[in-house]
Amino acid sequence: MTMLEIKNLHVEVAGQKILKGLNLTINPGEVHAIMGPNGAGKSTLAYAICGKEGYEITEGSVTFKGKNFLELTANERAGEGVFLGFQYPVEIPGVSNMNFLKAAINSLRKYRGEDDMAAVDFLKLIRAKAEELEMKPEMLKRAVNVGFSGGEKKRNEMVQMAMLEPIFSVLDETDSGLDIDALRIVADGINRMRSPEKSILVITHYQRLLDYVVPDFVHVLANGKIVKTGDKSLALELEKNGYAGLGIDENAA
Amino acid sequence: MVSTLETRQTVEEVSGDYKYGFVTDIEMVKAPKGLNEDVIKFISAKKKEPEWLLEWRLKAYKKWLTMEEPDWPMLDYKKPDFQDIYYYAAPKSADDRPKSLDEVDPELLKTYEKLGISLQEQEVLSGVAVDIVFDSVSVATTFREALKKRGVIFCSISEAAQDYPELMKKYLGSVVPAADNFYATLNSAVFTDGTFVYIPKGVRCPMELSTYFRINEANTGQFERTLIIADEGSYVSYLEGCTAPMRDENQLHAAVVELIILDDAEIKYSTVQNWYPGNKDGVGGIFNFVTKRAACRGKNSKVSWTQVETGSAITWKYPSCLLIGDGSVGEFYSVAITNNYQQADTGTKMIHIGKNTSSTIISKGISAGKAQNIYRGLVKVMPNAENTRNFTQCDSLLIGDECGAHTVPYIEAKNPTAQLEHEATTSKISEEQLFYCLQRGLDVEEAVSLIVNGFCKEVMMQLPMEFAVEAQKLLGISLEGSVG
Repeated sequence: MTMLEIKNLHVEVAGQKILKGLNLTINPGEVHAIMGPNGAGKSTLAYAICGKEGYEITEGSVTFKGKNFLELTANERAGEGVFLGFQYPVEIPGVSNMNFLKAAINSLRKYRGEDDMAAVDFLKLIRAKAEELEMKPEMLKRAVNVGFSGGEKKRNEMVQMAMLEPIFSVLDETDSGLDIDALRIVADGINRMRSPEKSILVITHYQRLLDYVVPDFVHVLANGKIVKTGDKSLALELEKNGYAGLGIDENAA
Repeated sequence: MVSTLETRQTVEEVSGDYKYGFVTDIEMVKAPKGLNEDVIKFISAKKKEPEWLLEWRLKAYKKWLTMEEPDWPMLDYKKPDFQDIYYYAAPKSADDRPKSLDEVDPELLKTYEKLGISLQEQEVLSGVAVDIVFDSVSVATTFREALKKRGVIFCSISEAAQDYPELMKKYLGSVVPAADNFYATLNSAVFTDGTFVYIPKGVRCPMELSTYFRINEANTGQFERTLIIADEGSYVSYLEGCTAPMRDENQLHAAVVELIILDDAEIKYSTVQNWYPGNKDGVGGIFNFVTKRAACRGKNSKVSWTQVETGSAITWKYPSCLLIGDGSVGEFYSVAITNNYQQADTGTKMIHIGKNTSSTIISKGISAGKAQNIYRGLVKVMPNAENTRNFTQCDSLLIGDECGAHTVPYIEAKNPTAQLEHEATTSKISEEQLFYCLQRGLDVEEAVSLIVNGFCKEVMMQLPMEFAVEAQKLLGISLEGSVG
């Protein structure tokens, strides 16, 4: 069964047409990258898949593991196994990373008809994942993203991804704002999520992340549609010739 | 904006569910409706009070007749008709005060069980001593004998008037004078019951003390009075909780709380106020006009007010600290939630009189529906108060776009060595925060609850353990999914 199938997707935000007939199919085990100029609709695609309010689907379908995703709320979609790594992770004052993740894990388990995770197992798991991603244990006690640097926020997203174990991850510019060491750690985290059952959609502006996380497919999104699909070499070509090389006006979107 | 709407609906649905709104059917003894000298004499006689106390009441009454109801708060309500209220209502069975729980009317015990307080269980299991005030009388006080062995006096204020006249004479009205303000003066004239606590020198009270206030009877005002004295070097943690039935008419609650703290003593006073807030259209609910004041008379004395206010149609309340003794400390931690048509004008007063006194104010106001939430606070430094410090932080959180939050700070420093800090923020639960939580799997209720509890964290941390869980749930119920 396909993981994600998007057909002829049209999305409007505040009355403005952003996606205009996008098609995308992702199978289990595949890593897809979406590149494109600013304003092409990359983040809109991520939000539309995850069910953010205000992103109105005017036409088309999104099917996830055979289910009509458009009928599900954002938290139900998360329950189905979709994770969004945010381009700008949100601060939640007064709520520790630890408590936030515990609430999230138990909500997901409840959705799947499972009991809460035992406190001991949770602690073991979170310590292990934080270590893998080289996050200091005291960061877990701090309020979610409050006072975190850009790099720390992105790393925190990866800790959350590792903890929540999604089967499909959408990573929206996870590489932006990272120095080269952080980029390597984050990329390792993404690669650890790769498996024959899991899929990843990487949204990025630059191809440098794709040196570490090698995609099976690269798509170019421009003016609300996918205009070109290729393999890893497409990303390199874009880097060399720019979007203009594909005949895309960078400011057209 | 759809999720905000959802949040709002969640809030409305859940808060419509005031689970303490039932009425106990029990035979009552009431004073005639309305207020005059005869009613005050009736109350005093019912309480078998000494002559001086009756005179004190009548003096307050005469003063009250000359006073005007304050109209400076940012509150919009129909002023109560003070002649249309019963000033005394008590279960008939409490006429002869029961000596032990076995003698308490079973109907009353059932009421408290429904409220989640099993008195018998409380006596055996939990380490919290409770005084139970039902309308105008204290119907039971647990653990009093055990406490007495340590010299701690924990009884109803009516009993204290009979049994401990010296302490009563010395301290009653010494912090909130009978002529203090309109509602306090009314209370002084007609107060019916409440709790009296005395912690002797050097004693650390071995358990939490608490009072549970319940308004039951229709058209009845509750006018309780609480007096707590912490003698030198003593410590006590005191909790109060409040509920009332759902009724369409507004009911008046005008209480006075006086705390006296001597050298090196400390009182920690926590309130979870959940009076009936009225329905979602703003009909009914309690008018909560309360004067609470602590006098830190001794050196290095300390008082800390912690309040979680989720109920009442109208709240008018400013728990205050008179920092008289050198080195004394005042703290005020407050969470006030208003939803639907609730209005709260609440805050604190920190009056720095002694040298090296310090105070902390942390206020968290949460507004939803069409509610208005006002923080009003005064920090005053008197000319002789050298080296005082105050830190004030007022944060407001708005849910939806029809509610309001207002901050009205007054700062008067008459000594140049004072260091005063004030921080204030106003924020909304943003779409981004909600979506972030939803994307991680939380539903809207859970998300709002998590965000609101996070917002209130600094205050919730101050609550005693027994109360913290209940208060967290209450946040959830009042607003939640979130709050709660």
